[in-house]
Amino acid sequence: MSGARKSALATLRGQIERIETAEVVHQQDRVALGHNEVDGVLKGGLARAAIHEVFCEGRQGAAATGFVMGLAGRVSARRPLLWVRQDFSEVEAGALSMSGLAELGLDPRRVVMVRAADVESALRTSADALACDALGAVVLELWGDIRQFDLVASRKLTLAAQGSGVTGLMLRMAAQPLPSTAETRWMLRAAHSPPGPMWSAWGAPRFDAELLRNRHGPCGRWIMEWNCDECQFSEPSTYSQPVAAAPAHRPDPAVPWQRRTA
Amino acid sequence: MIHALDDAASRLGLHIGQPLANARAMCPDLRVFDADVVADAKTLSDIADWCDRFTPLVALDPPHGLFLDITGCAHLFGGEAALLQTLVRALARQGFAVSAAIAGTSVCARTLTRQATGTIVADGGEAEAISPFPVSALGAGEAITTGLRRAGLKTIGDVASRSPSEITARFGARFSILLAHALGQGDAPINPRKPLPDYIVEKRFAEPIATDTMIAMTLSRLADMLIASMEKQGKGARRLEAAFFRTDGVVRAIMVETGRPVTRSAVIDRLFRERLDALADPLDPGFGFDMVRLSASRTEIVVQEQRDLDAHVHDNDELAALIDRIAARIGGKRVVVHLPQDTHIPESAVLAAPAQHHLAAAMQAEWPVRTESEPPLRPLRLFDKPEPIKVPFATVPDGPPHQFTWRRALHAVVRVEGPERIAMEWWRQDGKQLTRDYFRIEDAEGLRFWIFRDGLYEGEVFDGDGKPASPGWYVHGLFA
Repeated sequence: MSGARKSALATLRGQIERIETAEVVHQQDRVALGHNEVDGVLKGGLARAAIHEVFCEGRQGAAATGFVMGLAGRVSARRPLLWVRQDFSEVEAGALSMSGLAELGLDPRRVVMVRAADVESALRTSADALACDALGAVVLELWGDIRQFDLVASRKLTLAAQGSGVTGLMLRMAAQPLPSTAETRWMLRAAHSPPGPMWSAWGAPRFDAELLRNRHGPCGRWIMEWNCDECQFSEPSTYSQPVAAAPAHRPDPAVPWQRRTA
Repeated sequence: MIHALDDAASRLGLHIGQPLANARAMCPDLRVFDADVVADAKTLSDIADWCDRFTPLVALDPPHGLFLDITGCAHLFGGEAALLQTLVRALARQGFAVSAAIAGTSVCARTLTRQATGTIVADGGEAEAISPFPVSALGAGEAITTGLRRAGLKTIGDVASRSPSEITARFGARFSILLAHALGQGDAPINPRKPLPDYIVEKRFAEPIATDTMIAMTLSRLADMLIASMEKQGKGARRLEAAFFRTDGVVRAIMVETGRPVTRSAVIDRLFRERLDALADPLDPGFGFDMVRLSASRTEIVVQEQRDLDAHVHDNDELAALIDRIAARIGGKRVVVHLPQDTHIPESAVLAAPAQHHLAAAMQAEWPVRTESEPPLRPLRLFDKPEPIKVPFATVPDGPPHQFTWRRALHAVVRVEGPERIAMEWWRQDGKQLTRDYFRIEDAEGLRFWIFRDGLYEGEVFDGDGKPASPGWYVHGLFA
């Protein structure tokens, strides 16, 4: 390799490095999700002013919706949320219910829903919305594999998000991940409730979240639980319902037995 | 029955209302077409659209008449005579047989068109102008016309010379009012097709324009003019309409609505650009537009508020502007906010209302408070129409199923909570509605369903013979 070519290569490498660090500086604004391990991997939390993708199988749509709603609730910080969805996904996965949203501890008053007829108008609307800095987050809900959502479209959304500081969340149900400019990519499944008798409440929503792609850190897979009261994610609790405290006036049955054997 | 005929046919002595067999007997090689009343009405309304270029007040006078209120408009076209000439020539060029007249009252003008087309009657000259015409020109109906002729009153002048009380006594008050209007005494108000917009600006072109850039430039110049005229009175536009008049007579109107009164021409410009971009059938200039009109049909007084440093107010304005832009592109009904409703029925507990009009209300809405430290009681995704599931059997008659088939997949029930009984609102529904027992169910995979049994067991559902039947099961929603 000639010297000139080598130096050109070095310059290019330097440029790339500078761009990447600039991006890191730009994306310092992160929101902790509440799950310690996940926050650690994400270097403090979910990046604002970026695009995040959440994938799921068709029948796991509700779990993924819950997860996206949780992320949106964390990043939007009491600002309005624009939810763009395609008509077809409502037929397949059901409509987003505002009563259900309120039950998750989130505020339905700040949700503006856009019912786009097709993918093109959904993409265009979300690109527009991402450029509007009055919003907290923009969610784009799409069903199935979509040809139009390619690298160019994804890049467009990312640039809009970086420009305005709004976070974009892509909810991709029944779709296969494709190359994109997303900051993180998740694969969502519903997680089992902790073991318990059949006739007992199942507790808080639990997600089996797999981080498939993380531009600035490692990936992983965790069980995450949404805490409806505190509006944040947390480590899974062992019991679905709060356990009754041990009665104070009676000795713990296990303790005397231990003493006898000692 | 003959519905309409051309000049050649009327010269042969045929007339409207004649049975077709008689007409055929008189003229065996008659060419006949079926009457299409709907298409006629459509054509009349298209012509009325075209006539909008002369005045915003155009009224239909079916089956084939139009009233134009040209008060204060005539000077724009070089006087009444020039206006009449322009209108008649343009319509004649398009193949219509037109008779037109201008008079102080609409009834008088209509009478004139039937006898003396092209007449212009000055104020006060109505009685004199129409006196020589036969009474049939008044258009008062077959019975009255015949009655008048039998009474020996052949011309309108004859009738007018009688005292009004006699005419009223013999032919009714409606006819005497019609006669008075025709003679220029008082006027019947016309019923314009569209309400008069609050503000109108328009631009005419000697040379038709056809390119997108010219259209966009024209629109933004018109927006500037509109804003300038509204600003003088402190108004802002809520509904805007741009009408494009094509040289061949086709008129295309495009409407844009906003959630808040618009006071900046740049906003109007952008809204129209979004709307034009997203039109399913794009604006077709054909041979070009010779006139573009921008009107504000709904306006509101703008309260000039002092902007404080509170970013929240600014945010709401920006959100409203974004909603307007999206609504301009994909339609106002597709951008919604949600309002809680006072009902227990899950599918009607939330009302989706257009965001442009209900944004403020939605931001203030009172939602039911969630019970602390309870898992979600309502699903995150709700099916518009509950989806039926197949349940093999339930262990206890009133209990939940052990397994069920939904969308061709078998789900084994691992966790159950319920029932939550929701009775239908008997005071609202007409037909009898079944009580629903809802269960929250988790399957072996961890998916969480909201299912219900439609009807009480052995109490509400009956088969054809009146015996209790087993009620159906449905999935209504999915929990996160």
